[in-house]
Amino acid sequence: MASVTFDQATRRYPGADRPAVDCLDLAVGDGEFVVLVGPSGCGKTTSLRMVAGLETVDAGCIRIGARDVTDVEPKDRDVAMVFQNYALYPHMTVAQNMGFALKIAGTPKAEIHARVLDAARLLDLQAYLDRKPKDLSGGQRQRVAMGRAIVRHPQVFLMDEPLSNLDAKLRVQTRNQIAGLQERLGTTTIYVTHDQVEAMTMGDRVAVLRDGVLQQCAAPRELYRNPINMFVAEFIGSPAMNLLTLPVVDHSVALGDWRIPLPHAITATTGELVVGIRPEHLDIGGSGVEMHIDVVEELGADAYLYGRITGVDNALTQSIVARTDGHDPPPRGSRVRLQPQPGHVHFFAFDGRRLP
Amino acid sequence: MGLADRVIKPSILRGFALYTALAGIAWCALFPILWAVSGSLKNEGEVTMPTLFPSHPQWSNYREVFAVMPFWRMFFNSVLYAGCVSIGQVFFCSLAGYAFARLRFRGRDTLFVLYLGTLMVPLTVTVIPQFILMRIAGLTDTPWAMIVPGLFGSAFGTYLMRQFFQTIPAELEEAAILDGCSPWQIYWRILLPHAKPAVMVLAVLTWFNVWNDFLWPLLMIQRGSIATLTLGLVRMQGEYVARWPVLMAASMLILLPLLLVYAVAQRAFIRGIAVTGLGG
Repeated sequence: MASVTFDQATRRYPGADRPAVDCLDLAVGDGEFVVLVGPSGCGKTTSLRMVAGLETVDAGCIRIGARDVTDVEPKDRDVAMVFQNYALYPHMTVAQNMGFALKIAGTPKAEIHARVLDAARLLDLQAYLDRKPKDLSGGQRQRVAMGRAIVRHPQVFLMDEPLSNLDAKLRVQTRNQIAGLQERLGTTTIYVTHDQVEAMTMGDRVAVLRDGVLQQCAAPRELYRNPINMFVAEFIGSPAMNLLTLPVVDHSVALGDWRIPLPHAITATTGELVVGIRPEHLDIGGSGVEMHIDVVEELGADAYLYGRITGVDNALTQSIVARTDGHDPPPRGSRVRLQPQPGHVHFFAFDGRRLP
Repeated sequence: MGLADRVIKPSILRGFALYTALAGIAWCALFPILWAVSGSLKNEGEVTMPTLFPSHPQWSNYREVFAVMPFWRMFFNSVLYAGCVSIGQVFFCSLAGYAFARLRFRGRDTLFVLYLGTLMVPLTVTVIPQFILMRIAGLTDTPWAMIVPGLFGSAFGTYLMRQFFQTIPAELEEAAILDGCSPWQIYWRILLPHAKPAVMVLAVLTWFNVWNDFLWPLLMIQRGSIATLTLGLVRMQGEYVARWPVLMAASMLILLPLLLVYAVAQRAFIRGIAVTGLGG
């Protein structure tokens, strides 16, 4: 096992006007599970492929442990990758698929057999070892792809959206299996996903990327509580954080008849700023801003109210989402008053920076 | 009249019309073969008469083929040439197809277009220079003359294999790279086994071409011991010009291996046609 370090790593595709990955600095600790997350085209898969050696590094370097692997052949990096479409060899059986890398490396047959069996036991694949990939379900194929990586005992696992081809229920189940497996094996893992729920539930740390630039890398809870900018605030959490443009009046922002005092560090701010409040940090009460409910999304335990806030002094009409108890949510078309919970309000400048 | 009758009736009529038309087309396609089979079983007097069923089937015509031409010798020659050229075509075309589809090198696409352009040069233009080359190399009237020219691939075969390799997901190759495969191992262990349908198409088409080829063996081969079946058939035509039933029987015997090859490879062949986009 080993750490993985991106040191100002940059990848620029020929003809592109900006780098796909731009001066990425990220250190993944030995045995750590780090998730790269971001919208399409943010550079997360490219970053992963740079570690694998499937993409050239145009500037900066990548280290695995203390070794600079920037110019090392993929096969000599001692990494194993799980692909989005699994990339199982269709003409080989499950056992052959799993043992292929060892066979190429010239490992004795008996050892290949033993290691394939071990991995198959771990993934509950013993019954399928003689089948071809086409005879397996999506979930089984996914496990074979995992098995193929595990068999090699690599220093690093690289996983590129390995759950995106599974149905929702299986995805949740497999998500837990992968996280459990990684903990058990203790292998350094870099995992790419566009699903922020997957990122939050699996990673020791989550790195959020946008347009090839690392925005923030932190533990899930830290990312959720203290997003470094408006992009991270909006990307992490589902439904997304409410971002409201509100006027500053007398060192506080006005949300309906509620006044949210500005923190000391930014009391000098005038004009307008962006206030972020998560749906679960809005309470329904007798005072606060009035919300007109357009849609009620009932999820059982919780209900989400989607609507617009009205009555703000400067006649703004902004979308807002609030979470409420699922037992007795207010009906669609009704009006409720929302109060933000103190201590859970985030302030952002218009350029997206978090204001302290 | 119930609703079901009214719905079903037009579809029955349409089906009838469709199957009648298809049967007609199938008859047109099959008739020459049936006529040849029928001819091969007729006697000398009956062969020119417009009857499909011979009054007394002459199975002896088939026996006579073996008497008047060294059939098995020529059969062996044809199998040898078709087999060698098919194996060579599959090997070299798949290698070239892999390179054109998967390897990155300067001028790759230009080179491919130029290579593909050679398809537009008709055989009649190259046949004399090829003959001269063979004569200079001292290969005329040897089995090599039949094997060497087709052995090292063709633009068509390369195109076919390239198109197929392009449909294989890049991840499969990347997985193999991470598993430690060299480009040769990727080709040999991953892509080639995966390309079985395209390989079958190329092998069958090549086999058919070599088996049926007449012009090239006619130019190259004088000796009867290394002649192909097509040559044997034509030479027989010269010597036994009046014996149409025996000629027909020989034609049928020559056609039979092709039908066998096609029957064995049919499923893979049709799949290959579908996946390589040759159909339609």
